[in-house]
Amino acid sequence: MIFQDPYGSLNPRRRVGAIIGDPFVIHKTATGAQRKRQVQELMERVGLNPEHYNRFPAEFSGGQRQRIGVARALALRPKLIICDEPVSALDVSIQAQVLNLLSDLQDDFGLSYLFIAHDLEVVRHVSNAVIVMYLGKVAEAGPKGPVYEMPRHPYTAALLSAAAAADPKLAAARQRIILTGDVPSPINPPSGCRFHPRCPKAAELCSQQEPPLESKLGDPATHVTACHFPVEAGENLAVADRRERR
Amino acid sequence: MSITEVQFQAQAVESAPEEAIQGRSQWQLTWRRLRQDKVAVTSIVVILIMVVLAILAPVFAAALGHGEYQAFTGAGLSSAGIPVGPGVHGFPLGTDYIGRDLLVRILYGARISLFVGLSTTLIATVAGVSIGLVAGYFGGVVDTVLARFIDTVLAFPFIVLALALAAIYGPSLLIVIGVITFFSWAGISRIVRGQTLSVKEKEYIEAARSLGAGPWRIMFIDILPNLLGPVLVLATLYIPTAVVFEATLSFLGIGIPAPTPSWGVILSEAQTYYQVAWWYVVFPAFALLITTLAFNLLGDGIRDAMDPRTERLFAARRKRRKDSVTLKDSEMPHTPPASVTGAG
Repeated sequence: MIFQDPYGSLNPRRRVGAIIGDPFVIHKTATGAQRKRQVQELMERVGLNPEHYNRFPAEFSGGQRQRIGVARALALRPKLIICDEPVSALDVSIQAQVLNLLSDLQDDFGLSYLFIAHDLEVVRHVSNAVIVMYLGKVAEAGPKGPVYEMPRHPYTAALLSAAAAADPKLAAARQRIILTGDVPSPINPPSGCRFHPRCPKAAELCSQQEPPLESKLGDPATHVTACHFPVEAGENLAVADRRERR
Repeated sequence: MSITEVQFQAQAVESAPEEAIQGRSQWQLTWRRLRQDKVAVTSIVVILIMVVLAILAPVFAAALGHGEYQAFTGAGLSSAGIPVGPGVHGFPLGTDYIGRDLLVRILYGARISLFVGLSTTLIATVAGVSIGLVAGYFGGVVDTVLARFIDTVLAFPFIVLALALAAIYGPSLLIVIGVITFFSWAGISRIVRGQTLSVKEKEYIEAARSLGAGPWRIMFIDILPNLLGPVLVLATLYIPTAVVFEATLSFLGIGIPAPTPSWGVILSEAQTYYQVAWWYVVFPAFALLITTLAFNLLGDGIRDAMDPRTERLFAARRKRRKDSVTLKDSEMPHTPPASVTGAG
């Protein structure tokens, strides 16, 4: 598990060596000098100076702290690491460093990541398969390529249209799908399709029946969408939205 | 601890000169600041002197040739049977009502007072921290039961209980320690419980849980270090309370039984003689006063040292900084745990 907030996820009263060494202590896999050696190997592996073993978290920058979090998550050599927005609290340049580190570690240790993020460019960079969630339900899931190029769920389409583009020309040419209203409370979610109060394509059916998660419009079986009226190729939701609002 | 504070702290550390960067713990930083606090240093010196005097009480007794229970009915009392004053007949601080050396008795009294103060505070702190941690961490029914128990103890009339116990078992040191401990742990527990409630929501506790740490490990390894600051301050402030508590109980005759020289006992005996023998009241009272004052001021000093947001220290330091422009690394700001006052 890698946490979102590199400041909150490290105990300010404990030394880095103790924090990274915790998994070994808890699971009794290494003790004494052996544990220290393993911790220092981990620190080196994630790009920290092993001599900083006795420092406190407050003496590290955000990116370094996130590396400490990564080292801690790696300690027990897991097969799967859950990354809860691991880079959203970092600067863009530091984000790239941490992402590259994660990808290197993936190659070296044969890791799988469950990578939770809201930055679509980061998601595009790191993932093989993408799941888009709205109000606690899967809206769309599939391999990265199809989801990004041919989003079927109106929510996915709206998200992608709202993502910042690095190329200003592209950004200017793009028509944003502007969703109306706010995200409803997850405590009292809307009936039927949870997205229907804000969906530009919503119809009567959407408020009554929850759409099943299945492959739509000839998509491969790996690409599934929970929508009664999936977006078709070439369809312009931005226009639909504008009409609605008028 | 908010993110901005930590960032500020991190920046401060990074901008310090290269050789200054070393893993300095919360305690080292507190100690460095405490050393600059003249009042706190004086308090430490006073307390140390008191401890040394208490330890050396038998040496003084031997040097003066006056035992703690030894009554000098000849030299120690005037012809009218009144205690002799300081300096008379080789009694540095005079004598008490049956001609015992007051200095020796006060020094032996320091042993009792400090022992009661330190032992009760130690027991109360350990008990209070454990119960507070358990109540705060587990929550739910455990918390409800323990919190109500704490409230009950805090609402208890301590003099009545002490009187009742002394009446049944007769006054003794054990009962004094028991009573003081019983009424001290609850306050510490309440503070610790509140702090635990806030610390346990931190993400690093969740991280520890995700690594498979059990509740006891989380409580004592992950949460406790974050509470030690307030607990240390509180414990330091409980020592003088316990010393006064002991003196009060002894004064009332329900504490340390009479021939044993405790400050409360001496003061109690002095009640009837203060008009003819001022030293009989003044010296034990003074010993009690400076001891409790020193512990109280030290507690304040530790709190200030742990919380650099406290104005007093910073104001003094700013003034000093005007004189010398060089910024020493020891003057780096540091983020402390929440102060005790904010915890209740």
